[in-house]
Amino acid sequence: MKKIRLPLTEEEISGLKAGEGVLLSGTILTGRDCAHKRICEYLDRGEKLPFDFKGETIYYAGPCPAPAGKACGSCGPTTSARMDAFAPRLLDLGLKGMIGKGERSGEVERSIVKNHAVYFAAIGGAGALYGNAVKKSELVAFEDLLSEAVYRFEIEDFPCVVAIDCNGGNIYKK
Amino acid sequence: MRIIHSEEIENTVYALAKQACLSLIPSCKAALERAAERETEESAKFALSAVLQNAEVAAKENMAVCQDTGYAVILAEIGQAAHIEGKLFGDAVNDGVRRAYEDFYFRKSICDPLTRVNTADNTPAAVHTEIVAGDKISLTFLPKGFGSENMSRVYMLTPAKGVSGVIDAIVETVALAGSKPCPPVYVGVGIGGTFDTCTFLAKKALTREVGSHNPRKDVAEIEQTALERINALGIGPQGFGGKTTAIGVSCELAPTHIAGLPVAINIQCHCVRCAKAII
Repeated sequence: MKKIRLPLTEEEISGLKAGEGVLLSGTILTGRDCAHKRICEYLDRGEKLPFDFKGETIYYAGPCPAPAGKACGSCGPTTSARMDAFAPRLLDLGLKGMIGKGERSGEVERSIVKNHAVYFAAIGGAGALYGNAVKKSELVAFEDLLSEAVYRFEIEDFPCVVAIDCNGGNIYKK
Repeated sequence: MRIIHSEEIENTVYALAKQACLSLIPSCKAALERAAERETEESAKFALSAVLQNAEVAAKENMAVCQDTGYAVILAEIGQAAHIEGKLFGDAVNDGVRRAYEDFYFRKSICDPLTRVNTADNTPAAVHTEIVAGDKISLTFLPKGFGSENMSRVYMLTPAKGVSGVIDAIVETVALAGSKPCPPVYVGVGIGGTFDTCTFLAKKALTREVGSHNPRKDVAEIEQTALERINALGIGPQGFGGKTTAIGVSCELAPTHIAGLPVAINIQCHCVRCAKAII
């Protein structure tokens, strides 16, 4: 499988094709339902966010607590479609990659192409596998949201499939 | 009359939560292994091998098999000759859940439906009790993930729709869910009863072994036909396309009203986790 270093470069994004398997390494941010809602509330109010997601890859996930000696507990992807209402806005502001599971709306697909971004599918239900691939975890924002808070992960060989590429190639529409 | 102390109930729930969240049930693992052998497309094979590898990692590392350790659903059959002493039954169950989710690093996923404020201890559990004959208490623990729960549906069909209407409803639910609920899915179906009891039957159907059949021949045929039609949809593992969209369909039945044919379809992801004990 192709090895990809995060954060993504424009060149790397151009080389990704829907359907191909990739191993992701580097840094990502986590964020799911409540974090997305809160990010958009910050944007609505015109306030500065406590972190910058420009050029970043966001992982739609809410981990289990980390047992002693581990960076992270079980941590597989959650259903991406619930973030569809927020994703185009984040992509317009510079988000480059998303990792989740399942199909996206037409609006998100178009926004991925427009913003030269990419959507990776992680394997849902493989929480232990992904949790083990998290080598470092740091709380970034929204601690009160518990598992839904925003964390920065350092990941190593995170197995994913390119689900929607920057040309609109889509594994769910084969 | 037999006296059962609430402490025993609490400790049993604690042990069941641990067992259920840390492993797939053997019949689910076997079904996934068969599916992995059948698939020919690369991404479908990759998805299934990752899932099987994940089960091994979970067992070896003592990690939750899926981070969505779910809504704690407890199905209890309470013998009417059993007498519970100590805490209220529901309190004992919730205390067992609370302790297990803390001690075993399971995710706390329960929140207020409107404010979304997390209860921070994964309680309350969803507790279903049935009074049965005897002096024992049977407990089934089903950690229910919500990616799949969200894709569940209820149909209030007219009696004229009959068996084919029931099968259409099952297949349509899985087709509409697409890649979202982590296919290949396990499909629990309740047929009959009322608007509310058919949903309970659908949940109960998910506590059956994957690949088991309803003892009624006509119901087993619905299970088989629905499964074949679902697997012809081509959604495949994770929605990547392939031969396996479901690993099983289990139907449970109850008498219904002459005017209706309720059908509830409860979707379970491929991580079928369930543990049972009798006190």
